[in-house]
Amino acid sequence: MSDAFEIQYAGSALGNAPAPVTPRNVPNRGGEPNPSAAALREQFGDAIQRVEVVWGVTNVYVRPERALDIVRWLHDDSSQRYDYLSDVTAVEFRDMDAPIEVVWHLRSLPFRRELRLKAQLPKNKPLEIASVWSIYKCADWLERECFDMFGVRFVGHPDLRRILMWEQYREGFPLRKDFPLRGRFSRAEQLRQALAANPEARYSMEELSIADAFEDLPTEMRKRLQGGERTGE
Amino acid sequence: MGLTPRPEHRVVEYNPTSQEGWVATRLDFLVNWGRANSLWPMPFGTACCAIEFMATAASRFDLARFGMERMSFSPRQADVLICAGRVPFKLAPVIRRIWQQMPQPKWAIAMGACASSGNIFDNYAVVQGIDTIIPVDVYVPGCPPRPEGLMYGIMLLQEKVKRERMNDKTIRAEMEPDPKSQLYIPAPVIDELSEPFGNSVHQTRSGL
Repeated sequence: MSDAFEIQYAGSALGNAPAPVTPRNVPNRGGEPNPSAAALREQFGDAIQRVEVVWGVTNVYVRPERALDIVRWLHDDSSQRYDYLSDVTAVEFRDMDAPIEVVWHLRSLPFRRELRLKAQLPKNKPLEIASVWSIYKCADWLERECFDMFGVRFVGHPDLRRILMWEQYREGFPLRKDFPLRGRFSRAEQLRQALAANPEARYSMEELSIADAFEDLPTEMRKRLQGGERTGE
Repeated sequence: MGLTPRPEHRVVEYNPTSQEGWVATRLDFLVNWGRANSLWPMPFGTACCAIEFMATAASRFDLARFGMERMSFSPRQADVLICAGRVPFKLAPVIRRIWQQMPQPKWAIAMGACASSGNIFDNYAVVQGIDTIIPVDVYVPGCPPRPEGLMYGIMLLQEKVKRERMNDKTIRAEMEPDPKSQLYIPAPVIDELSEPFGNSVHQTRSGL
């Protein structure tokens, strides 16, 4: 899948530039934007809605339908090289009409750049956005967490299911603003549902569908499993 | 400190009307003495309380003075379940299973505010006190408790062990959860126990 492993040194694309110093007196708004923002405007035009600098980090608001192309370009283009995805998360605001923002934190190690991409998803439509898993494999669990907590569906994710709450969790998405802090069910009901879970069930229902493929397993593995051996121990 | 003085457990009260004779009470004393001074703890550390528990087990406070230096990481060889830290709902079946795997005689200590009552985590994910899942003998308050606090709780548990009587058949009664709901105390009681109190009543913002 990937080529030979190549060590990436931070700032390697900057030549002999001096090592960065910790910035002081960073203003809340304004300041020098990340040069990638101008490059994005040039490359994608209308797909870039707004650029602002908050506490020294550049926020770029992009159209949700173009988000995947933009992230791919930022990752692939030799003048950007955003090779590290530090976080995928979402923000919901107390204003019920405000859209939910999906946020990507991108880092370019060779250029020592930090970029925050945001895509606004209106609430009157299904919360769906393209998964960046095909570009960054680390997005797997980050997007699962975002789905678990906010209910944002990442289209193209290979295995989009809950990661923090358990599989049978039926109360909704905990970090949404309309979610009561204590959950929707009574404490006794929550406890009853939690205790109904089998602590030795390591596999989700999706994973258990592998049992259907039992006959296709190699003979010696079938024999071991029939003898009571469990995997995952 | 407002702590009640501990009764002198060496004096076994003799009740002439009971069936206990001198031998039985002496045997009780011997068995309880042995049990109380070699409790094997099963550490169930999930959060910062576990750090204090480790400090209690380390050289300065030294749990070995109570015969507890042998941590039993298998519940099948443990006497005391020390739950140190908050327990999320996802861990509720696990701690229940661990408790059921421990052989009698067994005791449980809820160490810290989270294990005892849920503490500030009055939210969708945290069990409001492990006593809604398993029976608890000693609650140690604190966030987290100092090692001295845990040791005081352990000494209280030792007193409890030393006062057990062999002819009391209820002591070894195993907890029987309701087969349908798996709860061992009635659901309304759990709801009442988990009611918000203090500042936490202001935390619900579900009306948004």
